[in-house]
Amino acid sequence: MRARIRTARKAMVVAAVASLGAGLLAGCADDGGNGGSDSSDGDSGGKTTISVGLFGTMGFKEAGLYAEYEKLNPKIKIEQNVVERNENYYPALLNHLTTNSGLLDVQAVEVANIAEVTATQADKLEDMSKAPGVDKSKWLPWKWQQATTKDGKTIGLGTDVGPMAICYRTDLFKQAGLPTDPAEVGKLWAGDWAKLVDVGERYKSKAPKGTFFMDSPGGLINAILGSEKEKFYDSSGEVIYKTNPAVKAAFDLTAEAAEKGLVQSQTQFQPSWNSTIANNKFAAIACPPWMLGTIKGNAKPDAAGKWAVAVAPKGGNWGGTFLTVPKSGKNVKEAQKFVTWLTAPEQQAKLFKVQASFPSAPSAYTMPEVTGATNEMTGGQKIGPIFAEAAKAAPVQVIGPKDQIIMQGLSDNGVILVTKGKSAKDAWESAIKTIDNKLDQ
Amino acid sequence: MATRNDTAALPVKGGAAPGRPPEDAAAEKERRRRDRLSRRWQRDIRWSPYAFVSPFFLLFVAFGLFPLIYTGWASLHQVELTAPTDMNWVGLRNYTRIFDDDFFWNAAKNTLTIGIISTVPQLLMAMGIAHILNYKLRASTFFRVAMLAPYATSIAAASLVFVLLFGRDYGMINWALDTVGINPVDWQNDKWPSQIAVSSIIIWRWTGYNALIYLAAMQAIPHDLYESAALDGANRWQQFIHVTLPALRPTILFTVVVSTIGASQVFGEPLLFDANKGTSGGAEHQFQTLGLYLYEQGWVAQHLGRASAIAWTMFLILIVIGIVNYVISRRLRASS
Repeated sequence: MRARIRTARKAMVVAAVASLGAGLLAGCADDGGNGGSDSSDGDSGGKTTISVGLFGTMGFKEAGLYAEYEKLNPKIKIEQNVVERNENYYPALLNHLTTNSGLLDVQAVEVANIAEVTATQADKLEDMSKAPGVDKSKWLPWKWQQATTKDGKTIGLGTDVGPMAICYRTDLFKQAGLPTDPAEVGKLWAGDWAKLVDVGERYKSKAPKGTFFMDSPGGLINAILGSEKEKFYDSSGEVIYKTNPAVKAAFDLTAEAAEKGLVQSQTQFQPSWNSTIANNKFAAIACPPWMLGTIKGNAKPDAAGKWAVAVAPKGGNWGGTFLTVPKSGKNVKEAQKFVTWLTAPEQQAKLFKVQASFPSAPSAYTMPEVTGATNEMTGGQKIGPIFAEAAKAAPVQVIGPKDQIIMQGLSDNGVILVTKGKSAKDAWESAIKTIDNKLDQ
Repeated sequence: MATRNDTAALPVKGGAAPGRPPEDAAAEKERRRRDRLSRRWQRDIRWSPYAFVSPFFLLFVAFGLFPLIYTGWASLHQVELTAPTDMNWVGLRNYTRIFDDDFFWNAAKNTLTIGIISTVPQLLMAMGIAHILNYKLRASTFFRVAMLAPYATSIAAASLVFVLLFGRDYGMINWALDTVGINPVDWQNDKWPSQIAVSSIIIWRWTGYNALIYLAAMQAIPHDLYESAALDGANRWQQFIHVTLPALRPTILFTVVVSTIGASQVFGEPLLFDANKGTSGGAEHQFQTLGLYLYEQGWVAQHLGRASAIAWTMFLILIVIGIVNYVISRRLRASS
């Protein structure tokens, strides 16, 4: 009996330890939500901590913008929480938004997801157009429009855009007997994507052995569609990708390029695609400013300075981010102030200088950070004006909630198959079957 | 029970004494104390076991049973990830459409073929390795620990390395094939090569694990059996067939069941092998498994209702597999 009582006492001790442990765990979990134990109430030592949720390398910290803001506002401390890939960041953000919990003070949203967030989660986000100091006219009109709901609420302020140009290897172009000067190269295909494919054929006829004109079918179709006003949705929000002649034309042109062997059989951002950059196996690539960073990240040192940037056949956009302020955040007012400052033209220009994220505010295009910008990969060429031109030429594109899924289906499950020897018709069938299955609720 | 004070001695009613004597009070106090302890002990005996097992069941209810039932409920609705509380009743539509969903059956077929080409060689190799490790070897502990190393490696890290090895243009395996004069194989985009590549990741990871299970079972086989078999003139191979294998039968069955369940849930390897966005299992869904298809429907296409229906269908398939395993094992036990 004594032994049993002792067992019971032991059990009590165990239970006490267990509950204490659980309490500690819960305590940790609480802190985790704020990204640091010293900021559990968002206000320690008289400082307000603004937490920022980002994906990828957005470069605010690297460009010194946090430090600058903290200097301007001594009572503010900024903490960022970065998730490497948007594919992982976005579902988690969506979860937090739908449950309206666990949101940071500032949350970034990628342009491919902004339509879905705007359409379905607007009630959980602050209307940034009403924030003090926000001036709609500072942004490119299409950029502003992308984060605006039907009833006129603007849930996110644009940071960067991805105006598209064509980056090409001057050394490979030269060997293939093509001009190398950016202005002349731009003229080769001005106004029509089909001309770009023609240049590809010229390239192929005298190409250095083992090289391709472009990197991937997915990159090409994405570039063509990036310059269309309507691609997958019409302005009333209907899915039209299957019937839109522009989409079919882009698909067929890409398939043609693939059949002729002008694009390499790669899927962008895969490790083997990274290797093709390192091994200098293609001559041109559709290229928003941030792509120069990707090239630099993968290329061998000897490729520096061998690239150049030419105007794309048509102005288009690829990529870009918005900063939103969730209503359930701890420091909504401070966060709005911070986001307003961070997305102002001056800061966007500074970001471009460091991170090659192109400003979404046209007044930044005349600032010396943009006009004088050069890039390590492109040598002494002044790249700012070319991208500014592309940004102004980009259409006000209708973007829809499922753009990412449709684009992915067309490239990963469609045109890539043509490089594997499938006919364009079969590849199209295969792509729309995959897309329809994913769109069907 | 009869020794309990309160039942053994009833207080006499209508006693003349106005107050109890001091010894009586002490005894009463002692009686109450023991009474209290006894009651506590009884409660202890009765409820403590439940308290001790409750953590598992509470966790199971919270993270197992509730999600299971809720998934079942969601599978009868049209629900989107963008608004999980907004459910539209659609009855069995999510289930009926599975019957003519080519992608589901393609995934089911892939799961089966990847399961076979990964499980069968894996268990055969594990058996062979265990047999070798069962001999007296120098540094046998080293070999045994080394066998378990792949199992301890992160699946993500392993898969990423395999992606590089299996690369079409710059992969090491194609380079090796090239040096012996074989044309490069497109390991990611052709159906069978991609399935073999995915299976090889699974085999690499789990062979050592199974080998150690076999080894443990082999070491439990009495040595006399081998000695008498040797006296009867059986060579090593005959000993393996006639002594080791029959003794290992329950262990083999166990590994087959565990591997089958594991194979039907393969997810991480194909997801990471398609290092892009991953969930399609290749451009033509050539290595998309059921787990991957479920994930694609739920988290990429954001159709929680459809994903739930797929999850429940997989659950039912697993139950069928479990029953088949059970029947086979009963047959085997009856025959031995």
